[in-house]
Amino acid sequence: MTDQQPVPPATGEPAPEAPSAAAPAGEARWAATFREITTGPFGVTVLAFVLALVIGGLLIIVTDPDVTETASYLFARPADFFGAAWSAVSDAYSAMFRGAVFNYEAPTFARGIRSLTETMTVSTPLIIAALGVAVGFRAGLFNIGAQGQVIIGAAIGGYVGFAWNLPPVLHLLLALLGGVLAGGFWAGIAGFLKARTGAHEVIVTIMLNYVALYLVAWFLTTSAFTRPGSNQPKSPGVKDTAQLPLLLGDQFRLNAGFLVAILAAVFVWWLMSRSTWGFRFRAVGSNQQAARTAGMKVASSFVLVMVVSGALAGLAGAVQILGTEKALTGGIAGSIGFDAITVALLGRSKPLGIFFAGLLYAGLNVGGRAMEASTGTSINIVLVIQSLVVLFIAAPPLVRAIFRLPAPHPVVVKGASA
Amino acid sequence: MKLELRGITKSFGPLVANDHIDLVIEPGQVHALLGENGAGKSTLMNVLFGLYQADSGAILLDDEERTFRGPGDALAAGIGMVHQHFMLVPVFTVAENVMLGHEDVKAGGFLDLEAARKRVRELSSRFGFGLDPDAVVEDLPVGVQQRVEIVKALARDAEVLILDEPTAVLTPQETDELIEIMRQLKAAGTSIVFITHKLREVKAVSDVITVIRRGAVVGTAEPTASETELASLMVGRAVSLGLDKAPAQPGEETFVVRDLTVLAPNGQAVVDHVSFSVAQGEILAVAGVQGNGQTELTEAILGLLPSAEGSIALDGKELRGLSPDAALDAGIGFVPEDRKVDGLVLDFSVAENLVLDLYDKPPYARGIALNLPEIRRNAEHRITEFDIRTQGPGQEVGRLSGGNQQKVVLARELSRPLKLFIASQPTRGVDVGSIEFLHRRIVAERDNGTPVIIVSTELDEVVELADRIAVMYRGRIVGFAPPTTSREVLGLMMAGVPYDEAMAQVSDQPAATDPLHQTGTTGTPGTTDQTDTTGASQ
Repeated sequence: MTDQQPVPPATGEPAPEAPSAAAPAGEARWAATFREITTGPFGVTVLAFVLALVIGGLLIIVTDPDVTETASYLFARPADFFGAAWSAVSDAYSAMFRGAVFNYEAPTFARGIRSLTETMTVSTPLIIAALGVAVGFRAGLFNIGAQGQVIIGAAIGGYVGFAWNLPPVLHLLLALLGGVLAGGFWAGIAGFLKARTGAHEVIVTIMLNYVALYLVAWFLTTSAFTRPGSNQPKSPGVKDTAQLPLLLGDQFRLNAGFLVAILAAVFVWWLMSRSTWGFRFRAVGSNQQAARTAGMKVASSFVLVMVVSGALAGLAGAVQILGTEKALTGGIAGSIGFDAITVALLGRSKPLGIFFAGLLYAGLNVGGRAMEASTGTSINIVLVIQSLVVLFIAAPPLVRAIFRLPAPHPVVVKGASA
Repeated sequence: MKLELRGITKSFGPLVANDHIDLVIEPGQVHALLGENGAGKSTLMNVLFGLYQADSGAILLDDEERTFRGPGDALAAGIGMVHQHFMLVPVFTVAENVMLGHEDVKAGGFLDLEAARKRVRELSSRFGFGLDPDAVVEDLPVGVQQRVEIVKALARDAEVLILDEPTAVLTPQETDELIEIMRQLKAAGTSIVFITHKLREVKAVSDVITVIRRGAVVGTAEPTASETELASLMVGRAVSLGLDKAPAQPGEETFVVRDLTVLAPNGQAVVDHVSFSVAQGEILAVAGVQGNGQTELTEAILGLLPSAEGSIALDGKELRGLSPDAALDAGIGFVPEDRKVDGLVLDFSVAENLVLDLYDKPPYARGIALNLPEIRRNAEHRITEFDIRTQGPGQEVGRLSGGNQQKVVLARELSRPLKLFIASQPTRGVDVGSIEFLHRRIVAERDNGTPVIIVSTELDEVVELADRIAVMYRGRIVGFAPPTTSREVLGLMMAGVPYDEAMAQVSDQPAATDPLHQTGTTGTPGTTDQTDTTGASQ
C-alpha cells in the first residue's frame, strides 16, 4: 500500500508557499486504513469469526465449573479434563445452534425452525440500519449516529402508525415513509454541518444520538404520544392498518419487514454500483481531491450521503416498531444502531455481505440467549465473541499474521507503479 | 569495494521481474541502470539491498559470495540505498534521522546525539552538503531531504550507494546539485548505482551504462552514446526524441486571462496580476521552477480556487467564479499536476476513471442510472486509442504503471470536444516511450484548433512542445519567449531576469558547454555568478 502515500510535494525553497500543496501524508494513510477496515477482503472476515469462536470456546472452558473441577487433578487424569472441556464447548455451541438456526431436539418441524425465523426477525432492523452505515463507509463518512436515526425513525414512523387513520396499504407505506424521512432529516443535519462548517460527522452524529434519545423520552411524556389516561412512557399500539403483516402466521414473529430488508439491500446495491449517485459517493469516499478536480460537488455529496444513510437507519426504526415492537417506548431501538456499525463492518460494506452478517449477528444474539438458558453459559461470552470479531476485522494484518496469509498487495518498496 | 551480481533471477508469480541479470560495479564508479518504468531496476536493487530474496543467482562483494537476509545485512556489508520515496521520520531532526537504527548510547542508556551531530557536520562539510544537524526534516526542501538520506548511508560507511530514481522529485537546479554531489562521492571512492530513466542525467554523470528491458540486461553503453541510441536500447525500438511538429497555425485568441491574482491564506500573492492569452491552435508552455505559482494558475482557471481575482475569459465568457463542474462544462480539458492525488481515483477501475468527469452525462448516464455497457465500450475504445497497457477495463488504475495512469488521464480529458486544454506536468514520472506518445496527442489537440496550455518544470518538455513560452517567477510572468530561446536564457528567466536582459547577458558570454546545465556549473565565471543568484533565490 506504499503507493498510496503521496510523493512529498517538490516545492522550491522560499518561493511563494503553495496553499494546496500541504496534503498531509497522515490523512492519506488514515483514509487508506479506513477503506481497508470498512471494505477489505471477505476471507479475513470469515477467519476473524472463526478465531473469535475459538477464543470464545476457550473462555467457556475456563469459566465452566466442571472443567475447573477436573483441572484440579489434570495431571492425574487428563482425559477427564479434556472430556469436560470438550463437552462444555460442544454443549454450549450446539445449544447456540439450536437456538439460532434449527432446534433438532424440538418435537415438530415448526417448533424446530422457529429458531431461524426468530433470527431473521431480529436481523431485519440490523440489516437495514447496517446498509445505511455502509453507504456512509463507502463514501468515506463514519455515520456513528445510526442509533439516533433509528430512534427518530421509529418515533415518527410509529406516530403515523398509531395516530393516523388511513386505509390499509397506504397507511403502512406512509408510516414507513415517515421513518425514512425522519431518519434522513436527522442524519442530514450532520451532513449539512459538515458541508457548511467542516464539523466532523462522528462528533455531530454521536451528539445527535443523545438528542434523539432524550427527545423521544420527552415525546413519551406528551399527550400526543402516550395512551389516553396513562402516564406510562409508552405509546398506543400501532394500528392494524399500519402493521407489517406476519409472513408465516401467528406462530412466528417473522414479518414483512424482512422483505423490506431484502429490498433495501437490492436498492443499496443498485445505488452504489449502478447509479451516478453511487459513483459520486464512492469517488468522494476514495479520493476527495480527484473528485473535486473532476467537477464533483464534494460538499453536497456529504449532505446526500448522510441523508441516504440516515433514511435507511430511519427505515430500520420504522420497521422495528411497525413489525416487531408495535408500540413506541424509550428503549425501542435497543442497541440496533450501534450493532449496525458492527454488522456493516462484518459485511464489508457490501449489501450481500451485510445481509449475511446481519443474520449471523442476530443468530449469535438469539442463540446466545438459548445457550444461557440451556447450559448456563453466560451470554456475555457471546458479547465477547461479537466484540472479538470486530476487533479482528479492524486489524486485518493481525488475522493475516495468525493464519499466515499473504498481504493483499505485494509489499513493494518503490511503489506499485514500478 | 567491487560489487558483482551474477545471474540474479526473481519472479513474482508468472511475472519474471529479473531474468539472469549480471552486473559488475567497480570501485569508485558511477554505474547507471537505465530502463523504463517496470523494467525491473527497482526489483534488482531491492534484491541487492536484501529486501527481496533472489530465486537464483549470487551477490559477490570483492569476489566473495554474500547473502543478505534483510537491509540490515546489506547495510553492514557497506551497501546504502536512497529510495525514491524517502525513508525519513519527518518530525525528527537531521541528526536523529541519521542515527536512527544504529543509535549510539552514552553511559546510563542516554542517546549520544552529540556524536550523531558531529558525524553529520563532518560529512556535510566534507561534501559541501550544507546540512544543519538540528534542522527538522519536514521543514527541509525535498532536495535537502535527499542529502539527509545520502548522509544517512554515508554515516554507516556505505561504500556502494544505490540511488533509486533520485531526480524524479527534484527541480532542475536540485538535480544539478545532486549530480555535483555524485561526482564528489565518486572522487572520494564511493561506488554509485544510479537508477533512472532520464537520458540526459545518465550521460552527464555515468562511467558505465547498463540498459535493462523487461527484466533482462539488453546492453551496455558508453556515456558518449547519443540519447537516441540509449532511448532505442531502453524502449526496444527506434524512438525519435525530437518531436517534429508542424508550425503552429494560431487562430483567434479565444482564451484571455487578465490580472489574475490568487492570494495564499497568509495574504501573499501566489499568482500576482498575471495576464496572457492563448490562441486557437497554439501551445503556450508555462515554464518555471516548481512552486512559483504555476499550479495555482491552472487551479484558478478550473475554478478550484474560489478566492481568485481578475478575469478569465473563454470565448468571451467569464469563467472566474464558476465551479470546476461549470468550467469543465464550458469546454476545459484539465490534466492536474499530480495524477495520483488529483487526477485519478486509484481504487476505481480504468473504465470508471475514464469517465470520472463525464459519468453523469449522456451517454454514460440515463437519468441517475449509469450506462455500464457504454462506459465499458468507451473504455475499450480509449484503451486501444491511447495504447493503455492494462489487463482490461475492469483493472484498478492503481495497479497500472505511471505512464499508463497518465494515459488514462489524458485519454479522459481529450475524449470530448474541447475549447481549452490545460495539462500540468503531462509527462512527470512517465517513461520515454509514453512521453513521445503523450506529446504527439497534445500536439494533435493543438492541430484540432484548441488553445493549449502546458505547465512543466522540465525545460526539455517546454522547449519541445511550446509555440510560445511564458516563464513564471514568484507568481508573476517574467516574460514570454519563443521556443527557439536557448536554455541559458530560459534558465535566467526562471530566476527572475526579464527576457531582454537575459538575452543581453547571455550574448555577452560564450555559450556554456555542458548540456545539462542551463546555467552551467562548468560555464564561464560570468554564468557561474548567475547560478549562484539562481540558487539563492529559489
